[in-house]
Amino acid sequence: MPLIEIKGLRANVGDKEILKGLDLTVNAGEIHAVMGPNGSGKSTLAQVLAGNPAYEVTGGSVTYDGQNLLEMEPEVRAQSGIFLAFQYPVEIPGVSNAYFLRAAYNEKLKAQGKEEVDPLEFADLMDAKLAMVEMDSAMLTRSVNTGFSGGEKKRNEILQMAVLEPRLAILDETDSGLDIDALRIVADGVNKLKRPDNATIVVTHYQRLLNYIVPDFVHVLANGRILKSGGKELALELEDKGYDWVTSPATAGAA
Amino acid sequence: MSTSVVADGPVESYVAAFDQLTSDASTPSWVQSMRRAAFERFASLGFPTTKNEDWHFTSVAPIADQEFVLLASKSGDVRREELEPFTFGARWDTMVFVNGRFAPELADCAKLPAGVKVWDLASAWTKAPSVVDMIGKIASYDNASFTALNTAFMHDGAVIQIAKDTQLDRPIHVLYVTDATAAKGMMHPRNLIVIGRNSKATVIESYVSTTNAMYLTNTVTEVSVAEGATLNHFTMQREAERSFHVGTVEVAQARDSHYVSFSLATGAALSRSNIYTTLDGEGSGATLNGLYMIEGEQHSDHQTQVIHSQPNTFSRELYKGVLDGRSHGVFNGKVYVHPIAQKTDGKQTNKTLLLSDTAQVDTKPQLEIFADDVKCTHGATIGQIDATALFYLKSRGIENGLARRLLTYAFAADVLETIEVDEIRQSLERMSLERFV
Repeated sequence: MPLIEIKGLRANVGDKEILKGLDLTVNAGEIHAVMGPNGSGKSTLAQVLAGNPAYEVTGGSVTYDGQNLLEMEPEVRAQSGIFLAFQYPVEIPGVSNAYFLRAAYNEKLKAQGKEEVDPLEFADLMDAKLAMVEMDSAMLTRSVNTGFSGGEKKRNEILQMAVLEPRLAILDETDSGLDIDALRIVADGVNKLKRPDNATIVVTHYQRLLNYIVPDFVHVLANGRILKSGGKELALELEDKGYDWVTSPATAGAA
Repeated sequence: MSTSVVADGPVESYVAAFDQLTSDASTPSWVQSMRRAAFERFASLGFPTTKNEDWHFTSVAPIADQEFVLLASKSGDVRREELEPFTFGARWDTMVFVNGRFAPELADCAKLPAGVKVWDLASAWTKAPSVVDMIGKIASYDNASFTALNTAFMHDGAVIQIAKDTQLDRPIHVLYVTDATAAKGMMHPRNLIVIGRNSKATVIESYVSTTNAMYLTNTVTEVSVAEGATLNHFTMQREAERSFHVGTVEVAQARDSHYVSFSLATGAALSRSNIYTTLDGEGSGATLNGLYMIEGEQHSDHQTQVIHSQPNTFSRELYKGVLDGRSHGVFNGKVYVHPIAQKTDGKQTNKTLLLSDTAQVDTKPQLEIFADDVKCTHGATIGQIDATALFYLKSRGIENGLARRLLTYAFAADVLETIEVDEIRQSLERMSLERFV
């Protein structure tokens, strides 16, 4: 059984249809890259899978771990192992990163019928997670993402991912705004979290990130649909030839 | 309700109560005449109507329509452990008043730090005449019905005097508590806080209840902050849910003094808080912060007034409101800058978070500036829970209720961060997280 199976997915933002019948199947243990030009629907796909109510699903189906994902509330999706690393992580002044992370962690434990952890137990658990993304523990006392640099925000996303240990991680343009050192740290974190029983969907415009997080499959998303799929070499080909190679009607028809 | 009822009817019912009080001969004659003059003023003013600009968004008809019984004698039966939810987990010097009357058996102010003197007003008339002489000199009732009413009925309260050059390292708590015997009663506590030159003190006034009874608290506190002195003043209104609360604080500030107020309102069906200060000395300043969190049918009105009457004075105001249910919040911030008050530096902010579609807020900044070299700003925002932030929290598995409460807590965080007393800040942080479960 695939971990997630997306069939004919259609979704709107307002009155505008963004996803127009998207198919994608991801099995446990796989890394899939979804690439595409701006406006192709990459971020919409990521947000729809996480359950953002700002997007309206108008058709198709998404089966996650045998369940109808589209009927699940965002928090239930997260508790069931779906994680979205945001392209633009949200600042929440007034709520400390430590409180936020522990609350999220405890919600997951609670959903699994396990005992919640107190702040001391959680602090112990955090040491290894912080090391994974090369973050100082001082980051925990700061308000969630507030005043963080672009790189710090992205690392904080991966820190949350490390704490929640998702079964399906969706990285939405995680490379945008990162210098090469931050990119390496973020990619290392993602690679360390890879297990045979989990999967990752990397949504990206550029091939750069895929030098560090090596995908098993690459898909080209344009105009709300997957137009082409292939192995990791497809990413290099796209980098070389540009998206027009796939998306312009003439060549797309030929492909 | 007709406005004529508000203007005429109720005053009658106060006459008997007033006669009852003035038959008590233990108060000095000058107090008796002040009471009488104030009562006459109240009788001619009547209760304010919504035609009165200061009461435009708050109808006091629910108060005016009631016939309250004056709680003149000692009443009630409150045990020490019942006070625990209201003491911030701290052991501070505490004066306790039950149903408006001093309850020395519950108080904890026998061993006060050097330089601090406290009295209950009923005995201060005779024990500290030179201190209470200040009563009525700071809070004016000429155009204030509730202050007139309070002055007419003032009978008990806290009198606190801090000598010059005294730095207190722990707060003094004045705790007014009501119990079920306060039902249908009215109290008019009158407090006086006098801070000596170059001293620093923290005074907390709490108005709380062990019941959900309907009653009226109409309190007035007069504050004098001498040269170079600082008062951290908390007014914590956590009254019974069906009660009415009108609280007025009037402050006179001398040169280089600093008055810091934090005003909390979570209780009462209908509440009004007035914090008025006059910066009557160069270099003086006022910091007025507040938080109100209300729900259901609650109505909570906050009026502040800062009079900059001397040059180089400053004021900082941050009031935040969280409104749920069908509640109604009001903020009216007045700043007057006199012609000679050059280099005035004033900043006022009011922010409201609406948790429901049926909650309502009226916010009205009111700046009147007659000097030409000043810096005065004001701003008001009204918003709802941010959908993006809410989704972000939920996408991490945090359930809807907790996510909303976390964002409510986050909204209140910056005003709570200004609180220097750790026990109060922590207590209110917990409250802001748990208030709307």
